[in-house]
Amino acid sequence: MTWAVEAKGVGKVFGGQAEAVEALRDIDFTLSQGDFVSLIGPSGCGKSTLLRLIGDLSAPTSGELTVNGKSPERARLDRDYGIVFQSATLLDWRTVKKNVELPLEIMGFETAERSSTADEMLELVQLGEFGDHYPWQLSGGMQQRVAIARALAFKPSILLMDEPFGALDEMTRELMQQEVLQLWAEVGTTVVFVTHSIPEAVFLSTRVLVMSPRPGRITDEINIDLSAKRDEETREDARYYELVTEVREALRRGEWND
Amino acid sequence: MSGMTDRDDVIRETHETSMAAAFEGDLPVGTREPSAIRRLVKRYLPALIAFVTVIFVWEGLTRLFGVESFVLAKPSEIMASFVETSATIWGAGFKTLIEAAGGFVIGVTLAVATSLASARWVGFREGMLPLAIALNATPIAALAPIFNNWFGLTNPFSKMAVVAVVVYFPVMINTTRGLLEVDPAEIELMRSVAATPTEVMRRVQIPNALPYFFASLKVASALSLIAAIIAEYFGGPQDVLGQYIVNRAQLFQFPDAWAAILVASILGVTFYVLILVAERIFMPWHVSLRAAE
Repeated sequence: MTWAVEAKGVGKVFGGQAEAVEALRDIDFTLSQGDFVSLIGPSGCGKSTLLRLIGDLSAPTSGELTVNGKSPERARLDRDYGIVFQSATLLDWRTVKKNVELPLEIMGFETAERSSTADEMLELVQLGEFGDHYPWQLSGGMQQRVAIARALAFKPSILLMDEPFGALDEMTRELMQQEVLQLWAEVGTTVVFVTHSIPEAVFLSTRVLVMSPRPGRITDEINIDLSAKRDEETREDARYYELVTEVREALRRGEWND
Repeated sequence: MSGMTDRDDVIRETHETSMAAAFEGDLPVGTREPSAIRRLVKRYLPALIAFVTVIFVWEGLTRLFGVESFVLAKPSEIMASFVETSATIWGAGFKTLIEAAGGFVIGVTLAVATSLASARWVGFREGMLPLAIALNATPIAALAPIFNNWFGLTNPFSKMAVVAVVVYFPVMINTTRGLLEVDPAEIELMRSVAATPTEVMRRVQIPNALPYFFASLKVASALSLIAAIIAEYFGGPQDVLGQYIVNRAQLFQFPDAWAAILVASILGVTFYVLILVAERIFMPWHVSLRAAE
């Protein structure tokens, strides 16, 4: 079985020689198919940059990165990625349903199949009745659910999420986390999730990669050995607290190593 | 902004979300069935009152101070002339409208073609834009005598050419901006599903540019009539608005000149309204239609 993502000595330097900024250095890790991995670290640690390298929105300046055994570019052209950004990035001129259909249109799906898939996805994110609405008529949390439905509509093998709940309030955020876990259980894609929230990373992930800044490196890797079924009780589990503490300490160690 | 609270309530009923309720927008036409007439009256009554007041004050002051018609004609005199000469001035108005509309179509078509090429090819953009901006700084009315010479004084195309040049720049500059000022995340989203540049253009850039395009058409609609009339001042057939106004003014028939100006104004407003209607048809989603009423 090939790795979903394999990074060997990946580095990224922005800018020319004079004002070069080293964003990432010597990144090594592997993700198995079906993993839910969070990248966590303080702002500026390069976690979003790393996500963008995986998704071929930017290219590494050193090292080797493969996705499903292919180059990230090949994987992108093969439509292996679903992406969710911090802002929902819905197209204003399309209804909710037409937004979900967008990737399917580009991939040349038939009209009937597009429509039924979009309905199904909207049902999955509990927005079945909102297909004919325009994005501006939805709340921030609802918009983000549409973005997730859109990213999953074509069953990509990897879902990349860049602080998708960063702009939401705490209550909505916890609801969305629950929903994402349910979706993940149903569709079984590999998820790479960028966040700076420790509880979020622990609650969602099978593994947490802890990063530290200047330059961005992976300083720790923590296995989240909570039971597969996670709900509101998980948030009060003693093991959950231990893991949250473990991630917090790993983040501090990363800072001190500077 | 009257009617705002009504709309808010409708939104709150439709979606129980704080976001939607906080949004003080309009709903698609026809969402609220009762008192459609009352809403129309509410919306247009202030403008009507202002209009009627201006006419009465104008009439009153010109009478009170015995202002001569060559200084400022009375609204009553203008209306009398408007009725009396209606066949002539509407005939002239129609000819001028043809010039304005013809030039508008030519100018807008060329502008959109340039914009699409500029948005698609960086090289084209970098070559064309500075040239376009330099030409735009040139007072275009100065071209009218030259176009008269090129295309013939009596050929309506000489006037259309002036209109086309005047209309071209605002439409081209705004449309190009709309095609290029796209949220980078939207482009990345398209890239992540391996969309081709043509698909990005069709599904993101062009819809994104529509509000900019329609805003520029509103400007261009007014400019097209101005340009046509100014081009007519430089000579040509006599049965057009520009020449009619010049001739009547030279004969001190000022109410006639004002009546012709009124025709130009009605044509201008009609043109503008047509573009508003087109905007609503082509962009039912757009924010400006919800908020800035």
